[in-house]
Amino acid sequence: MKKKVISALLSVAMISSLLIGCGGSDTTAEAPAETAETSTETEKAEEPAKEAETTEASAEGGSVYYLNFKPEVDEQWQEIAAAYTAETGVPVKVVTAASGTYEEVLKSEIAGSDAPTLFQINGPVGYNSWKDYCMDLTDTELYKNLADKSLAVTGDDGGVYGVPYTVESYGIIYNDEIMQKYFAMDGAVAKSVDEINSFDTLKAVVEDMQAKKDELGIDGVFACTSLLPGEDWRWQTHLANIPVYYEYKDKGVTDLDELEFTYSENFKNIFDLYINNSTCAPTLLGSKAVTDSMAEFALGQCAMVQNGNWGWGQIAGVDGNVVTEENVKFMPIYIGADGEANQGLCTGTENFWCVNSATSEANQKATLDFVNWLISSDAGKDYMVNTLGNAAPFSTFGDDEKPQDPLAKEMFRYMENGKTSVSWNFTTFPSQDFKDDFGAALLEYCNGNMTWDEVADTVVTRWAEEKAATK
Amino acid sequence: MEKALKKYFVIFTVPTLIAFAFAFIIPFIQGLYLSFCEFTTVGNAKWVGFENYKLAFTEGQGFTRALGFTAAFTVISVITINIFAFAIALMLTRKIKGTNLFRTVFFMPNLIGGIVLGYTWQQMINAILYQFETTIVSDAKYGFWGLIILMNWQMVGYMMIIYIAGLQNIPTDLIEAAKIDGATSWQTLIKVKIPMVMSSITICMFLTLSNSFKLFDQNKALTNGAPRNKTQMLALNIYDTFYGKTGYEGVGQAKAVIFFIIVAVIALAQLSFTRSKEVEQ
Repeated sequence: MKKKVISALLSVAMISSLLIGCGGSDTTAEAPAETAETSTETEKAEEPAKEAETTEASAEGGSVYYLNFKPEVDEQWQEIAAAYTAETGVPVKVVTAASGTYEEVLKSEIAGSDAPTLFQINGPVGYNSWKDYCMDLTDTELYKNLADKSLAVTGDDGGVYGVPYTVESYGIIYNDEIMQKYFAMDGAVAKSVDEINSFDTLKAVVEDMQAKKDELGIDGVFACTSLLPGEDWRWQTHLANIPVYYEYKDKGVTDLDELEFTYSENFKNIFDLYINNSTCAPTLLGSKAVTDSMAEFALGQCAMVQNGNWGWGQIAGVDGNVVTEENVKFMPIYIGADGEANQGLCTGTENFWCVNSATSEANQKATLDFVNWLISSDAGKDYMVNTLGNAAPFSTFGDDEKPQDPLAKEMFRYMENGKTSVSWNFTTFPSQDFKDDFGAALLEYCNGNMTWDEVADTVVTRWAEEKAATK
Repeated sequence: MEKALKKYFVIFTVPTLIAFAFAFIIPFIQGLYLSFCEFTTVGNAKWVGFENYKLAFTEGQGFTRALGFTAAFTVISVITINIFAFAIALMLTRKIKGTNLFRTVFFMPNLIGGIVLGYTWQQMINAILYQFETTIVSDAKYGFWGLIILMNWQMVGYMMIIYIAGLQNIPTDLIEAAKIDGATSWQTLIKVKIPMVMSSITICMFLTLSNSFKLFDQNKALTNGAPRNKTQMLALNIYDTFYGKTGYEGVGQAKAVIFFIIVAVIALAQLSFTRSKEVEQ
């Protein structure tokens, strides 16, 4: 009897350890599972079209499978896929990777038999890890229509392997209503945003505003500097881009194996300005996410937040949003570098389309036709601009075919007013690991566990290590 | 009987064997092979020999640090979980009112997934730490004790059920005999109850040990290794290596193989040790 009980118990233990084992792997399975859900929708939508036009589709033989990077536009892509299938009969499947899991999903999907035919990389570093799967796009309509050829990702052999499908900008987004309120005050350091054209003026204005925050009705000038692990990309990637940009510029290079971080002090200055004139204490930043920052801005609790033109959707989507469309504006991020009075927004892209070189030729052709439809047909262009909100860098788009949200308008204003845009050099940052370590060091700095010299040292050593490791 | 067993051997075991082969043996062998390769996806591996294993132990990898943290965490959590679980089991086998309700309540946390628990506890712990103007990611010790509390909360109920089953199986005549011989309740506990539930202890030790060592979800959700990977456990370290570093997939795989060996060795050693303490009834 006892033996039986023991063996029963043991088997329970074994089974449960199996179950727990499965529980552990849930997280990795989660991403594809989520995406699978979203993809079923299109498949359903596809079916009737498929049946009706099987002959046509099978004659061509190719199909498109796009692995989408942006969860916020998943629905829109599903709609586009269905529309394209209805128009041409070519099956299009769109799967979206959950936020932050793109590389993982791509890794597992591309190894499968039904691999994505169209996927995206984030620049030269992304190309380095996916070069075995990137097809040369030199002779395609997609590349030929690219307005600025220098934007494309090229390989060592001179081939074109990634073509950007959108251009984005980031800077300091400010609430003009609060700024005007400040400028109207007695003893204001500046009288208009145009006067803010260097780090020193920015600092003077911000610190004065912070001192008068009660009269301005805000909790702090800057929204919280989100440093929750995984939510720190605005600092370790976007803000870090500016000192790196100036270092590259001084040295006349586009990439470095060893970064000196010559603008380390400048980075510290702007970062200190952010964390010390914010809605919350620097020691609390480790619990803040990007959505917290954007919500604070939308609710009028702060006057400024560093983010890009994609942030408009987030601002507009917050319940109880008090910021009106005409008051959302951009200003450049000044760090105190020489000649920054003429500096514009940080403009570039890390969204490059790649066509899978390992898939069948029919699929490749179908995929190229699909992207070509997106950038050249009226319906496709309409989807690109109005549904996806992409500022598409193709010559096929006319001047009136641009996204119309306030931040996109600001972006075009800065592009056209003669200021020098800061390019996106973070596409040359060595790896995600480097960025994560940088972000972690910033968090430690905010908590007072690391001095700035240690942070700068982390950046320099980790950069060199990771660059050497990925060679 | 023997003959019948032999006859149906194939029918009964082959389906399980096939499932086992597909779900475990084949991936395991492939994983072992990949740990000696450089690869981006499993399809395009290139043989590099022991290079990955050498890289796994370089300082920048943080593998040894993660091992230290995991070991410390495992020791503390195995001890605390088993003590709490056993104490509660003792309390709930005393025929007090509402025993079943309490058992259910204690067991419930086990039904919640690790990721959800991690985020929930992150919020709760942060809510308290906010009072002191700090957060769980500001110091590694908060993350460490946060994980201990989380694991206790989750695992105690489950272990409790196993201990209750063990305690209820102690023959009442043994306890009565001890009472008649004049044993105090403490003596009964040490000399009679604990030796009699040794088999439950074996199971609980095994479960807590291997689960603590392999912990991933809770670690990822609660702190994700912050600050600066100081609260990163082995499984998370492997995950971050595999997905966070370009060109390091093979190293991640090599770490996973080392991880497997460590877990297997510890679990087997612990099993044979506690087994030897079990009494034949």
